[in-house]
Amino acid sequence: MSPVPDLEVGAELVTQRYVVRRSDLVRYAGASGDLNPIHWSDRVATEVGLPGVIAHGMYTLALAARAVATWTGDAEVVELGAKFTAPVVVPDDDTGVEVEVAGTVASVEDGLATLKLTVTSGGQKVLGMPKAVVRA
Amino acid sequence: MPVDASLVGRTYPPTRPYTVSEAKVRELAATTGADWDGGPVPPTFPIVLAFEAMNAFLEAEGVELARIVHGDQKFRYERPLRVGDVLTAALTVASVRSIGGNDVIGTTSEVRDADGALVCATSATLVHRGAA
Repeated sequence: MSPVPDLEVGAELVTQRYVVRRSDLVRYAGASGDLNPIHWSDRVATEVGLPGVIAHGMYTLALAARAVATWTGDAEVVELGAKFTAPVVVPDDDTGVEVEVAGTVASVEDGLATLKLTVTSGGQKVLGMPKAVVRA
Repeated sequence: MPVDASLVGRTYPPTRPYTVSEAKVRELAATTGADWDGGPVPPTFPIVLAFEAMNAFLEAEGVELARIVHGDQKFRYERPLRVGDVLTAALTVASVRSIGGNDVIGTTSEVRDADGALVCATSATLVHRGAA
């Protein structure tokens, strides 16, 4: 008996959308302990050749994990990961940028469901092979 | 470049014991707009320990943080984290490669509880961007 009845192979999960503002990155920097200035200082970010301040890869992955929690009713996660393939540039304005997390159920076996995610910003994939495995 | 292949296989001392607190879980969850109410600890939480281990490693090797971009991160959990867990993380350098003027450092970190039991194994690739 699965505590997460909606996780059937091939099921498309409802796309979750999140707005990321510079202030979110500042909060995340403080809360997580990742104080790398490329996540809050345009000066430093451009000095090292980035297009501007970029979101922490882990912040984007945390949004993906939030989507997984929403879809599965907080199911236990046994695996989570992604490559940080494209930067999410977060402007210093009040609008921010949108990150979209889509997902499908790739497999359900031995009590584990594998969710393949697609995480995009401005129509571009920002995470490579994002995946979560949950107890289902 | 301060990181070279001679570091491969080296394990750094574990981070100081860290107690998972309700306040910290709520604070970190809130950064994504979530209102944590005492349910499961979000699976990205162990990054707090992994970052501390990574920062100590970069500092020990004299690497400038601003030149580091996070290439990937993967977590495998032996059990969910719980409030009250006392955890440490120990980082091992798994690989060092040079790709297109950047140094690509593969690391693994083991997060263990007060009994020494593995809670979470995590791997991260750190890309050290060469001077432009």
